[in-house]
Amino acid sequence: MKEFMMIFRNEKSNNLKPSPEQMQSMVKQWQDWIGGIAAQGKFISTNALGFEGKTVDSKGVITDGPYAEIKEIVGGYIIVKAKNLDDAVKLSEGCPTLLRGGKVEIRDVMVFN
Amino acid sequence: MQDVLIPQLFKTEYRKIIAVLCKLFGIVHVEIAEDIANDTFLLATETWGMKGIPQNPKAWLYTVAKNKTKDYFRRNKIFTDKISVEFKFSQIDLEAFDLDLSDKNINDSQLQMLFVICNPLLSKETQIGLALRILCGFGIEEIAEAFLTNKETINKRLYRGKEKLRLENISIEFSNNINQEKRLETVLTTIYLLFNEGYYSSTQNIKLRKELCIEAMRLNYLLLENETTNRPNVSALMSLMCFHSSRFNARTHKNGETILYNEQNKENWNKELIEKGEHYLLFSAKENQITKYHLEAGIAFWHTRITDSKEKWENILQLYNQLLQIEYSPIVAISRTYALSKARSKPLAIKEALKINLNESYLYHSLLAELYKNIDLEKEIQHLEIALKIAKTENEKKMIHLKIKKTIN
Repeated sequence: MKEFMMIFRNEKSNNLKPSPEQMQSMVKQWQDWIGGIAAQGKFISTNALGFEGKTVDSKGVITDGPYAEIKEIVGGYIIVKAKNLDDAVKLSEGCPTLLRGGKVEIRDVMVFN
Repeated sequence: MQDVLIPQLFKTEYRKIIAVLCKLFGIVHVEIAEDIANDTFLLATETWGMKGIPQNPKAWLYTVAKNKTKDYFRRNKIFTDKISVEFKFSQIDLEAFDLDLSDKNINDSQLQMLFVICNPLLSKETQIGLALRILCGFGIEEIAEAFLTNKETINKRLYRGKEKLRLENISIEFSNNINQEKRLETVLTTIYLLFNEGYYSSTQNIKLRKELCIEAMRLNYLLLENETTNRPNVSALMSLMCFHSSRFNARTHKNGETILYNEQNKENWNKELIEKGEHYLLFSAKENQITKYHLEAGIAFWHTRITDSKEKWENILQLYNQLLQIEYSPIVAISRTYALSKARSKPLAIKEALKINLNESYLYHSLLAELYKNIDLEKEIQHLEIALKIAKTENEKKMIHLKIKKTIN
């Protein structure tokens, strides 16, 4: 088994103001999806990212926001175990990011010996 | 009278005497403690048989234990001299010496022994075995039955465990356990396993299984009674055990067979234990810590609700989702999938069940059979038959056989 990271990318949206009920149902969607991966014994860890952030460039210029020039922002990540990349791609099925028009980037975690 | 009294006293007093003596001599000399306690009970059996039972048998035992300890010091001058420095007995005044068998010292000693025995250096089986012997006053035969093995194996296991503690020269000082938070976790795991041994054990001896559960709860209670160890995760584990125990009578036939949750007579659920469980669950929430015991207690709480509502299963599902992220286990993965079928739908649960792929487990095939019920009769029977084939105990086979009969009719 190798480790893979799935990075959730969404287009930045300023008018996204979910109601508490919607938020609750989003939490359930995420938990059900992650729970499904964990039920296969393939879950390692996960984190969601907030909307606060700044970006620093090589010249030391600090810009507001977690995004430099692209419209997409990273909303969070999950690290999973899988046999190979294809197997990891299969685990992304049902990821709530995809249900909302976002993208899931799947990358292998490098191991240094 | 004597036939019942001595075993009864053995059960309640042996462990107290042992704990206090172990605290006095140190765990390294646990044999001395056992010798003195055994001699005390032997003398009781002989004397009471001839002269009748004394008015206060417990006080009688304590006096004998105290005297035997004094005798021990007197007879073993060499021992005393040799180890006196490390045990602070160099200036021991034999005449003034008194073995402290007060309730407080008994509780303190038992708690200290619990921390000594639940040492990560020892295997879990050894920890449970030693706890049963030293802290619960179980006989070797009973321990062997609980582990479905023989006396020799248990004797060897306990002996090796004590040797290991001796070699490592484990200190009995409770306050010396620097990383106590970590050690408390080890203690809780041992108590949890002890409880499960009783609750899910395949031994048919219901009385023994119940006793294992009660002992686990008693040891946990020791932790709750102490200020330092009364932590939220300790309350959570207590809550979990109360909720589970509330179904103890409802879930077993007189012959030891298990009655499944859905088929239990809810009137037989113990309301008092459910209330106790709720009390400890509330208490466990006093800090922001969430451990697997909190989640399992939460799941157990929802199982004590009689009405089968969407809300009940939604909550159970979410708790299982979280539990799996803390710690994966096949049985939790199977239970989570069942909860998914109740909270969402059977077709969705079937899809997820096929992903978890636990083909070697009879419970997995029982789950699939349950999910295919009223959807695909052929697959339902097919999975029940696989389950029957790979089930290990008679009890399991009987239950599946019954299901097959019901399904075919």
